[in-house]
Amino acid sequence: MSEPVTVALSFEGVAIAFGKRQILREVDLDLRAGEVLGVAGGNGAGKTTLLRIASRVLAASAGRVCVGGRDVESLSRRELAREIAVVPQDVQVSFPFRASEVVLMGRSPHLGAFGYESPADIERARVAMTRVGVDHLADRSILDLSGGERQLVLIARALAQDAAILLLDEPTAHLDLRHRIQVLTLVREFAATGRSALVVSHDLSLAARSCDRMALLGGGRLIGVGRPAEIVTKANLRAAFGIDAEVLVAPDGAPLVVPRL
Amino acid sequence: MRVLTKTAVAGTLLVLLLLLFAAAMFGLGVGPAGLPPGEVWSLLVGDDAAGATADIVLRVRWPRVMLASLVGACLAVSGVLFQALLRNPLADPYVLGVSGGAALGGIAVLSFGSAIGLGASAVPPAAFVGAILTTLLLYAIAGSRGRVSATNLLLTGVVFNSFASAAIVFMASIAGLSDGANIFLWLIGSLSASRADVAPWVAAFLVAGLATALPMARNLNLLALGEEGASQLGVEVERVKRWLLVSTSLMVGAAVSVAGLIGFVGLIIPHLLRLILGPDHRLLVPAAALGGAVFLVVCDTLARSLLGGRELPVGAITAIAGGPLFLWLLRRHHLRGIRA
Repeated sequence: MSEPVTVALSFEGVAIAFGKRQILREVDLDLRAGEVLGVAGGNGAGKTTLLRIASRVLAASAGRVCVGGRDVESLSRRELAREIAVVPQDVQVSFPFRASEVVLMGRSPHLGAFGYESPADIERARVAMTRVGVDHLADRSILDLSGGERQLVLIARALAQDAAILLLDEPTAHLDLRHRIQVLTLVREFAATGRSALVVSHDLSLAARSCDRMALLGGGRLIGVGRPAEIVTKANLRAAFGIDAEVLVAPDGAPLVVPRL
Repeated sequence: MRVLTKTAVAGTLLVLLLLLFAAAMFGLGVGPAGLPPGEVWSLLVGDDAAGATADIVLRVRWPRVMLASLVGACLAVSGVLFQALLRNPLADPYVLGVSGGAALGGIAVLSFGSAIGLGASAVPPAAFVGAILTTLLLYAIAGSRGRVSATNLLLTGVVFNSFASAAIVFMASIAGLSDGANIFLWLIGSLSASRADVAPWVAAFLVAGLATALPMARNLNLLALGEEGASQLGVEVERVKRWLLVSTSLMVGAAVSVAGLIGFVGLIIPHLLRLILGPDHRLLVPAAALGGAVFLVVCDTLARSLLGGRELPVGAITAIAGGPLFLWLLRRHHLRGIRA
C-alpha cells in the first residue's frame, strides 16, 4: 500500500494549563518527515503554545514531545536547536544588530564556545538570505526594518540554522501576497528535501493550498487532522471559530473559505 | 556581508590599548607638577626611580591611574552585561542601584566589621555580597514571570539608591565614622582616598568577571532576541543569567569598594562603543573593559587637576557627563518604542 511513514516530531497526549486556564488537553499530533503540516485555530487556541512546548520554552504538564523518537526534555538546548528551528511571530530585538548578524545567529547551535563563524557558516547564512530574498537588507539594522522585512530575516535565520524541523508561527502575518507565496514555496521546498515544517496560519485558504495536511485546534483539543479538504469544512469551522462560512472548491480542488458577514 | 572576525576584534582592542596607554601618560603627567610625556616615559622605563619627580609619578600617580583604569573597566563591563541581560540600553550598575547595594555592604563592614574582627580587606567581598543581594532583590521586586520590565527595574533602582544612600549615612553615623568627608566620597564616588594595596583585589575581581563573561559573549548577542528566542537557538538562558549575576556583582563590588558610587560609566562607555563598533558582545565586552579604563583615567585626572590644588570627586564628573546622556537615551528609547 503506502510507504511507511517516518514521524519527525510527535506530540503525545500533551496538556498544559496557565494557572486555572487549561490551554491544551490531550493533544496527539504527528509531524511526518517530508510534509508541511498546517495548524489553525482561533486566537488563544494554543497554537503558539504548541510550538513553545516543542521548542521546550514551556514544559507540558502532561504528555511528551518527541523529536526523532527522543523526548525533547532529554536533549540539551543546543542539541534541540540543531533539530528544530523556530520562526516566531515577531521579535523585539533590543540592540541594533544588522540583518546579516541576525541571520548568522541561526548558526549558533553549530558553533564552538567562543562562537566565531567559519567561512562555511557565513556561506550558509548568505545562501539563506538569498533564498528568502533579503540579501539586500544584509547591512541594515534589524531595528530599522519593517515588520514584513523583519519576518523574512527571521525566516532566513531559521533556514541558516539547518535543522530538520521548521516550526513557523504565522510566518506570513506581516507579508504581502507576493511574499506569502514566496515563503510558502520556500517551506514546500524545505519539506521536499525530506525535512518537515509545521506552519501555524490564520489564512485557511492559503494554508489549505500549501500544506500536505492540516490540524485544527479548538477548545484546547484537536478537532481534526487530515488532508486540507477533510479539515477545512463548514462544520469544523463552526467548531473551531464559531462562525458560519462557505467552503468553496477551487478549480484545482483546494478548499476556499468565504466567511459570511 | 560584513562579519566580525578575530582580526577585527584584535585590531580594535589594540587601538583601545594604545588609547589606554595615552590616557595613562596623561594621568601620570598631569598635576601640580606637570610633566611632559617624554619625561614620564623615561621615568617608567628608566632605572633611576629616585628623586621627588619619580616619587610623584611612581608612588602617587601610578597607583591612582592603575585603580582608575581597573574601576572604569569593572563599571563599563558590568554596564554592558546588565544591558544585555535586561535587554535595555539604559541599564547601568549605578542606575539600577546595584552600586548602592555594594556600597551598603562595604560601609557595613567599615562601620561594624571591626567588632567581629573584619578589617578593610573584607570590604570588597562585602561589597560583592551587597551587589549580588541587590540584584536578586531587584529581580524579585521588579520581575514577573522571568521578564523584567525596564520601567519597574529603573524605578526600583532609583528608590533603592536613595534608600542605600540614607542607610549608608545612617550606619556611618551610628558607628561614629567621624570622618564625614569620607562618607561623602563614598556617596559621590572618588579615588582620592583609595589605597594602592587594594589594586590586586580589584584586578582579581575584574579578571574573574571577564573570565566568566567573555565565553558567553555570543550568548549575550542571542539574548537580544529575547529569552525565548535565545533558548530556541540553544542558549541555556537561566544558566547564563546566573553566571552573569555573579560576574557583574564581582565587578561592581570591586569597583565600589575602592571608589564608592561612581555613576554612569556603565552607561556612557557601552553606549559610545556600541555606536562606533556595533552591538556584537564578542567585541563589546573586552572593548568596554579598555574603554571604561580610558574614560575613568581621563575623568580622574581631570577631577584632580581642573580646580588647581583642590580635588573634585571623579563621580561628579562622570555624573555631569552621564546624566544628560541618560535622559537623551531615555527619550530615544521611548521614541523607538513608539515606532516599533
